[in-house]
Amino acid sequence: MIAATEPIRILPKSRADGGEGQFLEVSMGPQHPSTHGVFRMDVVLDGERIVKLKPVFGYLHRNHEKIAEHETYLGSMPYTDRLDYFCSLTNNWAYALAVEKLAGIQVPERAEYIRIITAELTRFQNHAALIGFLTQDMGASGTPLMYAFRERETILDLFESLTGARMMCNYMRFGGCRVDLPAGWLDHAKKFVATLPRFLDEFERLLASNEILMARTQGVGVLSKELAVNAGVTGPVLRASGVNYDVRKVDKYGIYDRFAFKIPMGEHGDTYDRYMVRLLEMRESLNILNQALKDIPEGPIVDPKTRIRGFKPKPGEAYGRIEAPKGELGFYLVSDGTSNPYRYRVRPPSLMNLTVLEQLCIGRNVADVVVILGSIDIVMGEVDR
Amino acid sequence: MTLENIKSEVEAKVPGCALEIVANPSPSGQHSLRIDPAHAVAIAAFMRDAEHLRFDYCSNVTGIDWPGKEISEKVKVKKLVDGVEQEVEEVRKSQTVGHLEVVYHLYSMEKKHGPVILRMRTEDRAEKVHLPSLTSVWQSADFQEREIFDLYGVVFDGHPDLRRILMWDGFKDHPMRKDYVEPDDYEYEPTAHDEVLERARQHRTVMGAQ
Repeated sequence: MIAATEPIRILPKSRADGGEGQFLEVSMGPQHPSTHGVFRMDVVLDGERIVKLKPVFGYLHRNHEKIAEHETYLGSMPYTDRLDYFCSLTNNWAYALAVEKLAGIQVPERAEYIRIITAELTRFQNHAALIGFLTQDMGASGTPLMYAFRERETILDLFESLTGARMMCNYMRFGGCRVDLPAGWLDHAKKFVATLPRFLDEFERLLASNEILMARTQGVGVLSKELAVNAGVTGPVLRASGVNYDVRKVDKYGIYDRFAFKIPMGEHGDTYDRYMVRLLEMRESLNILNQALKDIPEGPIVDPKTRIRGFKPKPGEAYGRIEAPKGELGFYLVSDGTSNPYRYRVRPPSLMNLTVLEQLCIGRNVADVVVILGSIDIVMGEVDR
Repeated sequence: MTLENIKSEVEAKVPGCALEIVANPSPSGQHSLRIDPAHAVAIAAFMRDAEHLRFDYCSNVTGIDWPGKEISEKVKVKKLVDGVEQEVEEVRKSQTVGHLEVVYHLYSMEKKHGPVILRMRTEDRAEKVHLPSLTSVWQSADFQEREIFDLYGVVFDGHPDLRRILMWDGFKDHPMRKDYVEPDDYEYEPTAHDEVLERARQHRTVMGAQ
């Protein structure tokens, strides 16, 4: 038996410590639960330390943008569900917003409220699940994830009764939404949202000041303000670095200017701040939900002047963007006056947030890569398109 | 801050650059600024650093393919018809070269304004066309320029790591180009039928088998 005080050194002393050790190249992924999908990293290791890390993706590439060029404008709507399959409703909204900009379509008030309610519910379940997966990556097998999924399940039930599908909702239309809220939906949603603060308290108590969580996340993967802005990082990852930039506040798309909510921000830009910002954002989402569910007016849900069939926007181009749960989701459309878009481009937040992955990981241990990647929150359907 | 102001300011600060405002007729009203590739990096750096512009955030980078069009025009030509000189209308067809375009959407996180849209054109649609990379100015252009290189075949000079990003390394073509033809390949379909089988049959005769 070896005494616990005796360190075992199997590897030669690493180069960083003045030894003669060799670099080791490892392929992390693509089939690994911690990579959150079919995603691979080419990692060069010096002992346990990361020297170089190159993300490799494209395994899920189906050229969504090319397919959209052969589809009508509306025909691409179900396809946007498959980008970030956790947040299909915000994807729908971003695409609808871009087309509405391109064709100059107005959205009735009730539809704007429904969009905000569904988007904030989407944000809530995305962040809850993400925190669950993040703790799962750290070895908390299942408990926080199951707590999060319990609430997510109810939210998906609400989506199902509204849109007919739990995840692939295909709900937004140009100039409004597809169907009106079913009878009793609002009461259901109100009752459910009223229970969520209790869930958040419980969730926070479960994890806050947990020793393992603190040790694994504080000071790990620090992202500086300047790098975050220059590398186009958006969403909670950006705000955890202390940059006050939220498209909901900056663009005030939809009717976000009517609601009182705060933008939580971090100070250190480390993994713990990214976790904390999401937790606080969930509380703000509840804030918006409470106001929207109270104020939602009666009225039409789609602009009656919008043509569904034979929809041909005038030649031109538009870039529409929203604050999706993962960051800025933008759609860039070029129309040549026909019924299909001439160019259809998705600006996926996950892909841009991956730009900084190497800089965050260099100098850290292999085990930290898993946590840092988890805190960036990627979905491969969106990265690869 | 209108686009005209930005244009005149950039022209004053970056000597010799040629800028052009591209109007956008759609209701979105997002007009853009066409810059010349030779001065692109200087223009981008100015727009990022200028005190009152501060376009520190490059949100979206994308390519567009504009293939050459066939233009037919009617020309009056003098011709001998039955020994008599007459003026005859003739249709002349010519082919434009076409070009690839790269579009940058800029915002300012500091000043909270935007978007300002920059566009660059290549001269033609050759297999390898060159444009300067703006990754040195905005790191966010890194993956997106790689994507344009991959899907459109635009080579970005000065890019630190220009490799294919979505397609695999051995892939030859650029799928987002408008004239891209899918490979004559049916093996991806587990139970091939109809259209795919038909294509496969044509493939066989071309290959000289059966």
